[in-house]
Amino acid sequence: MEIIMAFVIGFLFMAAVYLILSKSLLRIIIGTGLLSHGAHLLILTMGGLGGEAPPVLNEGAKTFADPLPQALILTAIVISFGVTAFFLVLAYRSYQELQTDDISLMRGSDEYE
Amino acid sequence: MNNFLLLPIIIPFFFGMILMFGQKNLKYQRSFALLGILLAFVSAVSLLLKVKNDGIQKVTFGNWPVPYGITMVSDMMSALLVTTSLLIAFFVVWYGFGSITKERERFFYYPGMMFILTGVNGAFTTGDIFNLFVFFEVLLMASYLLIVLGGEKGQLKGSIKYILINVISSALFVITVAYLYSVVGTLNMADIAVKISDIHQPGIITVIAVLFLMVFGLKAAIFPLYFWLPTSYAAAPIPVLTLFGALLTKVGVYAITRTYTLFFVHDLSYTHDLLMVLAIGTIIAGCIGALAYFDVKLIIIYNIVIAVGVILFGVSQMNEMALKGAMFYLIHDMLIKAALFMLIGIVIYITGTSDLRKMGGLMKTYPALGWFYLIAAFGLAGIPPLSGFVGKLLIVQGGFDAGSMWSSIFILASSLLVLLSVIRIFLYAFWGEEKETKGTVDKKVYTTLFVPTVLLVLITVAYGVGSEWMTPFMNDAAKLLNDPSIYIDAVMKGD
Repeated sequence: MEIIMAFVIGFLFMAAVYLILSKSLLRIIIGTGLLSHGAHLLILTMGGLGGEAPPVLNEGAKTFADPLPQALILTAIVISFGVTAFFLVLAYRSYQELQTDDISLMRGSDEYE
Repeated sequence: MNNFLLLPIIIPFFFGMILMFGQKNLKYQRSFALLGILLAFVSAVSLLLKVKNDGIQKVTFGNWPVPYGITMVSDMMSALLVTTSLLIAFFVVWYGFGSITKERERFFYYPGMMFILTGVNGAFTTGDIFNLFVFFEVLLMASYLLIVLGGEKGQLKGSIKYILINVISSALFVITVAYLYSVVGTLNMADIAVKISDIHQPGIITVIAVLFLMVFGLKAAIFPLYFWLPTSYAAAPIPVLTLFGALLTKVGVYAITRTYTLFFVHDLSYTHDLLMVLAIGTIIAGCIGALAYFDVKLIIIYNIVIAVGVILFGVSQMNEMALKGAMFYLIHDMLIKAALFMLIGIVIYITGTSDLRKMGGLMKTYPALGWFYLIAAFGLAGIPPLSGFVGKLLIVQGGFDAGSMWSSIFILASSLLVLLSVIRIFLYAFWGEEKETKGTVDKKVYTTLFVPTVLLVLITVAYGVGSEWMTPFMNDAAKLLNDPSIYIDAVMKGD
């Protein structure tokens, strides 16, 4: 199971890198979304996919899934959610202000080249 | 048990929250921002003295036994860094009264400052690797706000690059923590160090060490990961640029120092040699940039890159002398970079441009500014008895002790290029014929900018002249960095 997950995560990273290297700002943000999906799945996989019950104390279950990676993912998800929301609004603002979403036209600054 | 060490983190956080209210009332915003930083600074100084007298302070949240809860650890290095950050933040906020526009001040500028301090102090103090990630995000989120606040075109362009790079490096941080967790099965830094030395750092840990170098190198702007820094930093307004230049890259430097002196100490010939090569590359790249531009902001920004290289060279030598030098130089560099950014901020305010070729002759009208700039420039280059001297001396001495002779000589040679790059600003802006200035100089605003700047320059001078007085603190920090078992014992054993 971990091997399959590793391949899936590798594919997600590949897609993310490809999208981040593209010119359109929106594609870049989609790329960062995929990147954080890959990272979160990686934490889950690296914690081990063993255990027969979810990490909630109940009678009958002998082994539980590792609770720590799940807490880490939950933290990482809300953080990346906050950053992505900010980034999307920033992209919207810069589209309004700069009239383009082409990242290659956003080089340099107005004061000097 | 001692909750005292949390005060430098909690006080800015608390003041950040109460500053969210009453955002239009400038008097309230300004006075409470200064008050908050002042209180935090006082608690940081008393924490520093406590660490000096009683050794490492730690607290584990919720009274959990050590590897299971989140531990906050204040050793000499982090106490020194926390104190310095708060000292710089005080002067930056004061300077901002004259420099930042009123619209920005009314739009959560001061809460942003407070939250960035929360993140920086938390990152310096934490003893848990995932908690370090969270504090990184706290300071990064606040820095996104501060870099884009105002919404000018240049700021939008610069901040897109800045945010994208930091999102990628944060994802890489999460990935690296996941790998590390799967190998050692713990997140507490002291416990990780114990587990790594139990398994004698196999190949996979060395790979993780290099991944950490990439993550923190993106934050600290080491070669070849510094490419994003100049243009994004140049976009920010001067007080924000000062805070970023003085604190943010240094958090990355701190994280590299912490991981490379605590975790990855069993395969020095690979990890630390790599760090040394990259540090040399960082210095070369920074020197090229610092000499290439005629823009005052970019010249000082590239000097940040050079200093990061010098500090990391000291860390890579892994002996007490060089680590002590690295500590001296780290504190010096935070202070002097803040002072220099504030000084060139005044120059930009007077002349209305950041292009050196359009400036000249400021020495006649602003002699005090000129002389203080010269002092700061000499301090940056490390001319005794100013502040940069002791750190660089010890780093080079440590480098000779560790047998890296040519690279130590190279560090000495790079000081000349640093001096050349800052003296160029002096020659162009302060000497020569007076040129027409576009900016209108308000005497009152000028005083508000000038007073905190001069005080900070004087503090750097005192830091250099009084380095004898600082030495016991630096000795403690270097001893701890050189021997990870002191840190591990303090965290893992007893309360």
